[in-house]
Parts: sequence; structure tokens; C-alpha cells
Amino acid sequence: MSAEDVGIIGAGIYPFGRHPGVTGLQMAVAAARAALADAGVSWPEIDFAAGGSDAAGNADTSVAMLGLTGVPFVNVRNGCATGGSALTMAHAMLRAGSADLALVVGFDKHPPGAFNPDPEDWGLGAWYGETGLMLTTQFFAMKIQRYMSEHGISTATLAEVAAKAFRNGALNPNAWRRRPLTAQEILASKMVNHPLTQFMFCSPGEGATALVLARGARLRAPARPPVLLRSVALRTRSFGSFEVFSPSIALESGPSPTAVAAAAAFEAAGIGPADVDIAQVQDTESGAEVMHLAETGLCQHGEQEKLITSGATEIGGRLPVNTDGGCLANGEPIGASGLRQVHEVVLQLRGEAGERQVPGRPRVGFTHVYGAPGVSACAVLSR
Amino acid sequence: MNGDSVTPITEGLFTVADGLVRLIGSQCARCGTVAFPRQASCPKCTSVEVSGRLLARRGTLWSWTIQCFPPKSPPYAADDPGAFEPYGVGYVELPGEVRVEARLTEADPGRLRIGMPMELTLVPAPSGEAHGVVTYAFRPMTEEEQDER
Repeated sequence: MSAEDVGIIGAGIYPFGRHPGVTGLQMAVAAARAALADAGVSWPEIDFAAGGSDAAGNADTSVAMLGLTGVPFVNVRNGCATGGSALTMAHAMLRAGSADLALVVGFDKHPPGAFNPDPEDWGLGAWYGETGLMLTTQFFAMKIQRYMSEHGISTATLAEVAAKAFRNGALNPNAWRRRPLTAQEILASKMVNHPLTQFMFCSPGEGATALVLARGARLRAPARPPVLLRSVALRTRSFGSFEVFSPSIALESGPSPTAVAAAAAFEAAGIGPADVDIAQVQDTESGAEVMHLAETGLCQHGEQEKLITSGATEIGGRLPVNTDGGCLANGEPIGASGLRQVHEVVLQLRGEAGERQVPGRPRVGFTHVYGAPGVSACAVLSR
Repeated sequence: MNGDSVTPITEGLFTVADGLVRLIGSQCARCGTVAFPRQASCPKCTSVEVSGRLLARRGTLWSWTIQCFPPKSPPYAADDPGAFEPYGVGYVELPGEVRVEARLTEADPGRLRIGMPMELTLVPAPSGEAHGVVTYAFRPMTEEEQDER
């Protein structure tokens, strides 16, 4: 372990689902306390914090409950990449030697049903929302529709991805959707946006995740086996990528923020996609998992059909993907999802994932989030 | 729909001349990149030497979906939310210009396919059916129209 290393020494989660009467901030505080206890660290020792939610308030308000220690605490609001963005900042602060122990926290609490963003918050005219174009579900449907025609992915594979998510969710006590569904049930569920049915989509939900990061002496003598955060990379969209909330897209195609962030994360870590033993990729709908597997470099475009139907992405497969059930089984509390993925990798690399533990002592993990209007954060972790 | 006696959903998105609707995009004077709606700078080369450009009326369907559930209001604005009917949405590739996102006049998934020829038209906006407010949409071209090309 070198002096520059940054590691995760504590992980905490507030179960994902619906929690009437519990505020998002209360969930955030519960997750933070769980992460601190896991790390054997007290709140006053934390010398940097970052976190956020999309719809449940300011993360730094949690100091009223955690304790008024004067800690520098930055609120992050970066769509679905909120957690990954907070992680990026904490990682940079530790690497710079500006902090020794950092806490990152992501949380959210959304009402049932699809998100209803205000077009003007996204630089768009009111007409875009008024005429029924301001829907993330439409974007994912049109992206996978095009992708299926270019790369030979079948609707059956979309159903298999969701079936895997619910199978994994059934093994995860913190997941929201814990009832396994067959591919037939998923295909037969209500059509939402062709080709995607209801059970191929995740639902906006509630939950919180927190992590404690350390460097230097605090990393060398942790209470728990540390998981190294080898790299984290955050990128926005480049010209020519096809992104959510786009009234037009260029004819010229460019790499997605996911592709650019993943490549940067792998390069910075000095670890390649072929070395990854376990991956969590954003699966806000089942087509997203299919596309993100290739965009991150974990497989070739068009290879997913074979990979998924052969069982390679199952918990016992060659490349287990979304082992905690992903967004599909956990729901999408926007601020919390990115850190949930890292939480899952930490448990898996420690060998503490219980019934869903990946066999063979996985050594390298990868996480990926994607959010509107084209932002992605990827992380490489190892033990 | 005749475009002469209608109110556009917003100014600057499309124009109607001689009964024909045209989308208003922009083009970069430096690198030629076309964008829609019109914007004041180039998303590719960052130049601010950008001017308005009326976009082609015909193109091909690049991708599509059907919106099967009523979007939440706001931001969706419908005269009668209870009377929701699924609608098509797609990206239409205008050759040499840009791919434009639009409502489609066709909502039957069996009648939409990637690559089919489409033409720009106007449709009642969901919020304006009663008072003549319109927005742009693309419709599949008929076989006769395709033969004209």
C-alpha cells in the first residue's frame, strides 16, 4: 500500500424502498452512522464530507443530527451521478492530502411514478415538457431501440436482464423488490415505452448510502479490511453522444460520457476491463445494463446477448453484474444509487455479501453511474 | 393541418410559409454543425458565429418509442388529462443536418420501423386542442409521396 492510496474503510446503508414518515435526511444520518460504526471512526474525526440528494434536501443539513463539528461539507447535486460526484471529490481531497478521513453520503426520497423534471432547469423551453417529450423513459427506450437494431439484441434478453436483477434482489435484505419474476412475467407486464415493459424499468424510490474513505495512517490500521479506491472518473457529455433530454442529436457520433469516464477510470487505475471480477453498472432499465456493459468496455458491442443468456453476468458467472439487484430491484433514489453500487462492491470484495456473495474471492470491482443530461462517474476498486 | 390560422406552442421553434411548416435550427458559420432548436453558439466548435437555418422537411426515422402512460403535469400540459391516448415519439434524421426529436402522428408500434421516410407536419398541442395551439410532429410518408422523391 503506497502513501497515495485511498481506501474505503466503512460502508453503511439505509434499506432501499418506501419509508413513510422517515425523511431523506434521517435516512442519510442513519447510513452515515452505520458507515462510521463499520469503520470504527467517530464523526468528529471526519475532516471532509460531501454528499447530496436530488429531491430530499441538502446533505450538509445532516450535521445538525450528526454533530456540529465544523467539518467542511460540500453539497452535491449532479443527477444520477450525485453519489459518484461526491466520491470523486472526496477521493481528490484525500489524494491531495487535504483530508485524512472523509465521509460521502447519498440519499433521496421520491414520490411514486416517473420523474417530472422542469424543462427550464435543463436549459429547455417549457414547450418540451408541455408536448410530452420530457421523459427519461422515452430516452432509454429510443436508445435501446436503436441499439437493438444495430447490434442484434433481442427483447428476450431485455427480460433476462430484469429477471436476473430480481433474482439477485431476492438475496439482498436491503433491496426493495425481493420477489423473483420470470422472463415471461416481465415480458407480459404493461408496456411503458416500447420496447420496455413495466418490470424492465426501475422505479423512483427511497434510501441512503454512506462510505468512509481514508488515506495514510488511517488506511493502514483500519478496523475493517480496507478496499482500495483505485480510481474514480467523472465526465459530462461530448459532442455527438446521444443523451437524455435532447431535442436534437448530431449526425456525427461521439463517445458517451460513460465510455469516456470508464476509459479514464481504467487508465488511472492501471487496471483493464478484463481484470474486473464484479461490476455494478447503471440499470435504470434493462436496456441500460446491456448498453452500459459495452460502453464501459466490459464487453464488445453486440456480445451482450451471448454473455447474458450464457449466465456469465450471474452471481456465479464469469462477470457478475449488479449483484445486489441493481436499480431494477433496489429502485432509484437518485442521490443514493451511485454509492449503493460502491457499497455492494465493498461487501463483495470483503467477502461479506451473504447469500449473494460472488464465489472465488473477487479481487477487482467496477462501478458506473449515468445521469441526465449526460454525466457519468466510474470507479475501480480492489482489495 | 393548414398552418395559417394556428398558434405555435412557442415562438422560434418552427415557421409556416405557404402552408408548409419548417423547423428553425441553427448552423455554425465556422464548422457547419447544425443544431435544433436554434442556439446562439456551436455545440461542437464553441463558435458564436451561428445563424438561423430552416431545416429539411423530410427525413428518415432513426429511432422511436410509444409513450404509453400519461406524463406528469407539470411539465406535461394536457387539456383533459383523463383522455390520454398513447403517442409516438422518435428521432428523425434530416439528411446532412441533424436528428430531430419529435412527436409522431403514428402510435401503432406495428406501423413504425427504423429507416422509414417521414415528413414534418403540425398537430394540435396536447394543451391547445380547444384553441388552435399547435406543435410540430413527423408523420410517415405515403407510398405516393415516396415515389415522388
